[in-house]
Amino acid sequence: MSVITIERKVLEKNEQVAQRNREIFRERGIGVLNFVSSPGAGKTTILEKTFQELRGALKIAVIEGDVQTDLDAQRVAKYGVPVVQIVTLGGCHLDAKLIQDALEQFDLNGLDLLFIENVGNLVCPANYDLGEALKVVVLSTTEGDDKPLKYPAMFLNSSVLIINKIDLVPYVRCELNTLRNNALQINPALRVFEISCFTGEGIPEWCDWLRKKDLSGQ
Amino acid sequence: MHELGIAQNILQIVQQAVPETGAPCVRIIRIRVGQLSGVVPDSLDFCFSAIVNDTEMKQARLEIEQVPLTSECRDCRQRFPINELDFFCPACKSTNLELVSGRELEVVEIEMADESDGTP
Repeated sequence: MSVITIERKVLEKNEQVAQRNREIFRERGIGVLNFVSSPGAGKTTILEKTFQELRGALKIAVIEGDVQTDLDAQRVAKYGVPVVQIVTLGGCHLDAKLIQDALEQFDLNGLDLLFIENVGNLVCPANYDLGEALKVVVLSTTEGDDKPLKYPAMFLNSSVLIINKIDLVPYVRCELNTLRNNALQINPALRVFEISCFTGEGIPEWCDWLRKKDLSGQ
Repeated sequence: MHELGIAQNILQIVQQAVPETGAPCVRIIRIRVGQLSGVVPDSLDFCFSAIVNDTEMKQARLEIEQVPLTSECRDCRQRFPINELDFFCPACKSTNLELVSGRELEVVEIEMADESDGTP
């Protein structure tokens, strides 16, 4: 028997393309956020509320990732935001190459922010770098306050946590304090926002942070 | 959930590392899988054995080393394993930690039968 040393990362190809994407974003000064969550946590609705709040202030584009349909792209397009829909046809996550291809369909000039809405899944998207400045994990109160402990990689790899549907806390088994503490136990550096897209609570704070945070160099 | 794609990546990396004539000699592919890599070893093993059968490398099997989550405290430099997702330093209780292992997903090495073994 003979042994050949390899020592290569399994996802190295993805990481190389992600790095190229990152360089494109950096050169053009575009801040890129990768939104991750389980299905139905409210990612698309948060984007809609964010467009309304930031209209006229920042130029935003969106890449939508879904297993099937362009329903999300249709919702986003109503706000006059440039959008490209990626349909993964079963794929459980977006990867850097899909983003690279999608970028060819945009006019990147003058963009301030690019939102990437990943496929709804709290597992796989955690491990695929897309070239983003940061990951925003969205968790809704209806999913329960134990989810950060059950899906630690996603919370560890994210920089921002948006807790959505806080208006439903009285009706569901979810303690906001417990949820927040569980998330911070895994990643104490998480910036946490608590919002309700239904009542609008917390949306201004989140958008204020987006306005002030310069993500373009990351 | 994405173990099939991961298995295909592993196969590609190994195919690039050995010449085509050597493919039938590959016996063991050693990989390192971190606890936080998002990959389920049993599922990866299953996917790999399914796709490798259609290749010259059908005698190859995966040997998976699972890497536990380990952290180092940035304040007191203590190194410790993270059990039960307790992300704080057992020595000084600091939460200012650096993850030193647990994210791995790597092809480490391959073991090949020599052609003289007569079992290509």
